[in-house]
Amino acid sequence: MKILRFSRKQLCIPYALFLICFVVLPLAVIVYYAFTDGSGKFTWANLLSFFTNGNTIGTLCYSLLVAVVVTAVCLVIAYPVAYVLARSGLRKGPVLLMMFIMPMWINFTLRLTALKEILTIIEGNLSHHPFLNTVIAMTYDYLPFMILPLYTTLLQLDESLLEAAGDLGAGPSAVFFRITLPLSMPGIVSGITMTFLPAMTNYVILDMIYNSTYIMGSLIGSYFNIYDWNNGSMISLILFAVICIISFITDRGDQNDAENRGAAL
Amino acid sequence: MRVGKRIKFLAGAVLLTAGMTALLPGSGTSVSAAGGEKVTLRIANWEEYIDEGGWSEEEVIELEDRNGTVIFGENSMIDDFEAWYRDTYGVEVEVEYSTFGSNEDLYNQLTLGNEFDLVCPSEYMFMKLIAEDSLQPLSDAFFDEETEENYYIRGVSDYIRNIFDTNTINNEPWSRYAAGYMWGTTGIVYNPEEISREEASHWALLADPKYKGQVTIKDNVRDSYFAALGILNEEELLKPEVMEAPDRLERITERMNRTDEETVAAAEAILKQMKENAYSFESDSGKADMVTGKVLANYQWSGDAVYTLDQAEIDDYYLSYAVPEECTNVWFDGWVMLKDGIGGSESKQHAAEAFINFMSRPDNVVRNMYYIGYTSVISGGGSDIIYAYADWCYGAEEDAEDTIEYPVGFFFSGDNSDEEYIITAEADQSERQLFAQYPPQDVLERAVVMQYFDQENNQRINQMWVNVRCFDITSLTWQDWAKIAAAAVIVLTAAVLFLKRDKIRNIRYSA
Repeated sequence: MKILRFSRKQLCIPYALFLICFVVLPLAVIVYYAFTDGSGKFTWANLLSFFTNGNTIGTLCYSLLVAVVVTAVCLVIAYPVAYVLARSGLRKGPVLLMMFIMPMWINFTLRLTALKEILTIIEGNLSHHPFLNTVIAMTYDYLPFMILPLYTTLLQLDESLLEAAGDLGAGPSAVFFRITLPLSMPGIVSGITMTFLPAMTNYVILDMIYNSTYIMGSLIGSYFNIYDWNNGSMISLILFAVICIISFITDRGDQNDAENRGAAL
Repeated sequence: MRVGKRIKFLAGAVLLTAGMTALLPGSGTSVSAAGGEKVTLRIANWEEYIDEGGWSEEEVIELEDRNGTVIFGENSMIDDFEAWYRDTYGVEVEVEYSTFGSNEDLYNQLTLGNEFDLVCPSEYMFMKLIAEDSLQPLSDAFFDEETEENYYIRGVSDYIRNIFDTNTINNEPWSRYAAGYMWGTTGIVYNPEEISREEASHWALLADPKYKGQVTIKDNVRDSYFAALGILNEEELLKPEVMEAPDRLERITERMNRTDEETVAAAEAILKQMKENAYSFESDSGKADMVTGKVLANYQWSGDAVYTLDQAEIDDYYLSYAVPEECTNVWFDGWVMLKDGIGGSESKQHAAEAFINFMSRPDNVVRNMYYIGYTSVISGGGSDIIYAYADWCYGAEEDAEDTIEYPVGFFFSGDNSDEEYIITAEADQSERQLFAQYPPQDVLERAVVMQYFDQENNQRINQMWVNVRCFDITSLTWQDWAKIAAAAVIVLTAAVLFLKRDKIRNIRYSA
């Protein structure tokens, strides 16, 4: 009897199939729609109409602004938390971490509804600060995605490097900015990636928190709602491109930093 | 009925899966185990838009009609239909029932292929489907008033029937393809302690700076566009010569259905103002925000208005519903058969039409109205059950002091002075649920049918909507740009200084 044997490559088949069915094919369909008009003829019109309309460009900028602010706020809040949890040798560290992650176990619609009530109590009327509310709601929702990768990287940080830096005369702030921060770059980068994209597109949060200005996600939805697959697909594709560029930049930043570190050592 | 985006999304996902599985097996007639012919009927309806049975004992409705009918929803309407069809026609029918969350979801679903036989979209969507020639006409037998089982044609209100007969698409009346299910008006739910009825009786309330952050508007382009046109045309529509014109309704209808560029541009300006002024655009949160008192007024469909008022009443919070003096949008959800789905099968079409009739049987109408809270297009024909139900809902107690005579004859018999159809209700009902559920004659005289937008208008109006909802980068002044540039310079300098701090320090040391 022949024993079934899998090569390593074959182990990837299930995922490859998944990838083709649910990532590559839909993407191909999106590209097709993006560059055709209603009757299926090739056209650049969808692309041009995006970049010639102040409202669509404005939406892109608005989404970027929301995403940048949310990501920055998340980072500023999450880094100290992750640092304390990972570095200060708390025995209860993992438990505390769980406290931060736990909100994720509750359905997010429910959490946002609760948040809405709390904000109403604080502000009186939600409609007065739509942008602020959006940032608060998104930060609330995405904070765990920032804390987790930071915590993991900071946990793996080699203590001896810090000690060595201290021995060589670096003050606490120098140790932090020259050793800890550069070494935690991978965590920062993955935290940013995990927060930035959803912050640009998750319009359900905006709907729930009553921000009536569209972001990219709602803009795409509005085109699909009137069966305008072509413009909707084009905007999806542009969003995809924007995300690619941003990942590229953050990755480059990460590598540069690694090189710098190599040079310094 | 129109439901929110969130639910819509979930429903879309569910439907998509349902649709995918439905694609696999062949549908239509098949041979049942018993050997007889079995008809499969694929129905798509709004969520929570049919009685699902399982009523508790306390929910029994004892009507005071001629026969003292008792209404009790024991089994789901679908099961009851299957049993009824078997008993009446001796044919097995199997209903595959699915739901959708928005007209657009349903439409997208239909473009995927042959999915359903009988669906229940809103009027603008079935107009679109008629225009695209994807519907199967109702058979002549369906309109035969002599047949006992033709509950729809025997029972539909003359007011509704007239609308379905006179509104046409490509010279064909709606009634050739569509049978009504539920209907209503659009108006404003408001808190009478803070807002006067006079204020709530004008569309302008939705853009009134006096109530900044206190009103919600609908998060869909058709309803919001209608309200904007109401504000735009306020002066014109309230002119005495228009108000008293014999062809008033035609005139309003023409004006409220304008989609020329000038009108759309003017509506865009008003909608931007409404957006600035409103508490929020909402698709389903408006009801809750109204009940919890977060807002004072809420642009609402009459059916949901009844629900909102009922919910608020539980907390002893009394809200009212007003229909603007200028005009209102009368809307319908109706049953239509799909040409592809029916596929020329007579047995299938028979079952589909029988389903419409079963839904229109007066006792079933009451069950559905009780469950959904909307108003059926059926007034009863020869039966007085539906009027008895309206009276059961809104008739005042015998010893009530402050009552009014509320005529509903316009809907029930076509004659508003018909003494058989006057409900003695508590006085405030003329501004509350009864008013919402059975609007008085003067409201219906300004109730406009809103046509569907064809491809070109749809594009234009959607672009307008996108312009309203999006942040327009060209609206920034040069001062704004200067501020942005200054901020960018500061951030960039700080970043460069931080990244190059080593080099800077080295320079300092070497110097």
